[in-house]
Amino acid sequence: MLANLLAEPAWTALGLSLKVACWATLIDLVLGVGFGYLLARKRFPGRELLDAVLTLPMVMPPTVLGYYLLVLIGRHGPLGAWLQQHFGIQLIFTWQAAVIAAAVVAFPLVLKGARAAFEAVDTQLEQAAYVLGLSPWAVFLRVTLPLAWRGVLGGTLLAFARSMGEFGATLMVAGSIAGKTQTLSIAVYEAVQAGQDDTANLLVIITSLVCIIVLVSANRLTPNRNPQV
Amino acid sequence: MTIAVDIQKTVSAAGRRFTLQARFTSSSQRVVIYGASGAGKSMLLKALAGLLTPDQGRIVLGGQALYDSAQGINLPPQQRQLAYLFQDYALFPHLNVRQNIAFGLQRGWRNPSATAAQEALRYWLQALELEPVAELLPHQLSGGQRQRVALARALAPAPRALLLDEPFAALDPALRQRMRAQLDALQRQLAIPMLLITHDNEDVQAFGEHRLCMEQGRLIDSGSVEGGHETRRTD
Repeated sequence: MLANLLAEPAWTALGLSLKVACWATLIDLVLGVGFGYLLARKRFPGRELLDAVLTLPMVMPPTVLGYYLLVLIGRHGPLGAWLQQHFGIQLIFTWQAAVIAAAVVAFPLVLKGARAAFEAVDTQLEQAAYVLGLSPWAVFLRVTLPLAWRGVLGGTLLAFARSMGEFGATLMVAGSIAGKTQTLSIAVYEAVQAGQDDTANLLVIITSLVCIIVLVSANRLTPNRNPQV
Repeated sequence: MTIAVDIQKTVSAAGRRFTLQARFTSSSQRVVIYGASGAGKSMLLKALAGLLTPDQGRIVLGGQALYDSAQGINLPPQQRQLAYLFQDYALFPHLNVRQNIAFGLQRGWRNPSATAAQEALRYWLQALELEPVAELLPHQLSGGQRQRVALARALAPAPRALLLDEPFAALDPALRQRMRAQLDALQRQLAIPMLLITHDNEDVQAFGEHRLCMEQGRLIDSGSVEGGHETRRTD
């Protein structure tokens, strides 16, 4: 029984899902902190429009996003064709395509968390740091980010959970190649379709456990326990 | 040290326009700018510190132009070497007293360690009697302690002048007297030029060696410009 369990391709799917989610979250974290800070602190025309565009993936059907991505990075898409021609890279139906799909879908969660967290930092503290002689980068790293990191991290963990569960866009750009692009959520679908109830059960339990762990961590980290207020 | 200011700045927010116009020269070690709240005092102080850029004019401190629109000079706040005491102190909430005071002593991308102990830090902890609370965070301090930390933090990097924004407004009256006496002694001891803005007449009495009055964004000193408004007050 145990041997059977361990031999299940479910673990391969879990490993792949974790790999995809980790990379997608890392990309989202870097971009989310950058854009979140930009939207929170800089005044420029089209600021709210940019925010709306970057938030779109949260409200659009994943299949629509998948379609956009196919058009962009597909074999004949502008980016896909360019990568193919110059680097011989083909993104579509690889695990890297799954990373892109998950990163796009989960991005608004990091962005929203980061923007709100940066907006909550008192600009007077940053001004005090400037007057004390610190460069803008030093102020960001020594004042702004330490005061905002809880909010940023909370959004990032939500993005990780969302990436783990991504299905629609991933299926469209990465397909469902067992052991290569078949993530947990896609494996569940395949197992149910094939009538493999045991496999489906195991996959569902694993997915739920991982998501619960991530959400509990996210709750512990999001503000409201800030001592500095 | 002589400060010469002649600046103008117009801001509009929510359909209202506000114009700041300030022109004065002072060689006094203790300048007090007096005016009701909303007169534009904080705006003037921010412009001096480089936190706000005027539309035009010049700010010269001790012969060095900090800002000069005609010559295209506008030193960033980092290079003005001024100390700024914010009204509510703006202590860094994530850093303990030690780290707050050492903040300006350490450049680079990392905060001072929680056990920092360089010479200047030890001096200021002792001078302002902050040693017993050195390991505490700002939210654990009393109002008077917070102000002393803010003063120590501002003065530790040895600034050329001290700017104070309503320094006693956040304190209760009994404490105000004590803190005034402390700042008074400290200023005399360090012989550091200071410029204080306030709406409290008692601050004017205590520190106003050169008194200037600001009204609705206008501060034109009769002592430095002929035909200007009478701004010296002795009340």
